[in-house]
Amino acid sequence: MTFRKYLVLAAMILFNALGDVSLSYGMKQVGAIHAGRLTDAVAAVFTPWVVLGILLLLCFFACYLSALSWADLSYVIPATALGYVVIALLSQWLLDETVTLTRWAGIALVGGGVLFLARGPALTTTEKPVDPVAAAEGGS
Amino acid sequence: MKSLYTWGAIALLVAASTAGDVLLSLAMKRIGDLGELRRRHGLGAVLQRILALSSFWMGIACMTVAFFSLLVALSWADVSLVAPAATSLTFLTTALAAKFFLNENVDRRRWLSAVLVGVGVALLAF
Repeated sequence: MTFRKYLVLAAMILFNALGDVSLSYGMKQVGAIHAGRLTDAVAAVFTPWVVLGILLLLCFFACYLSALSWADLSYVIPATALGYVVIALLSQWLLDETVTLTRWAGIALVGGGVLFLARGPALTTTEKPVDPVAAAEGGS
Repeated sequence: MKSLYTWGAIALLVAASTAGDVLLSLAMKRIGDLGELRRRHGLGAVLQRILALSSFWMGIACMTVAFFSLLVALSWADVSLVAPAATSLTFLTTALAAKFFLNENVDRRRWLSAVLVGVGVALLAF
């Protein structure tokens, strides 16, 4: 794993977190969608916060595809969870809430899990390596 | 009744996003390192290769289903329930799918971090 690849992972995590926050904020403004009127879900796509959320998630998607091209799915997916720690910390600061003990436990578990994951190899090397250089980097 | 709808949407979300992730991973592994490809042949070549793969488009179709299940679920329940419930489950389902469909080496380290992250994300909701 090169520094550049860690940067791609970091950008992926941030875009995902901010995109999710923007989407959920937008959907709160739209209000409940009823089972009989699912077309409302399509109309919701064209509200400002949902549009911003979609743009952020598109940026996430580009980073995500790049990450999947040189790392395992079972490596990339848990790494995205770090975004929830970012959301949790940001919402504490912005909303001036006190962090509950359960939340600290959650932050510790996610953070610890991702750190533990990152100490292992990023790519399964038993399969035909597409690029020997990339495979060697993934195994270190 | 409403919570039944919510969990139905969450189940659909988990299944569709897991299938989508597996298909996208298959597509990207077939192309190889995108950064390397872009440096050698430019962004156009990268896009051209990606858009030509049927597994990419099947992945996008699954992601679209997952996206609308998420929108619908979010309108029925709080993001603090939907996001952690769906993602906690997705960590376990993708680890399983990666092992069986992608032949990834999901070792003890990967399993343990999937479980730690899954439980941690669920705890963050409280």
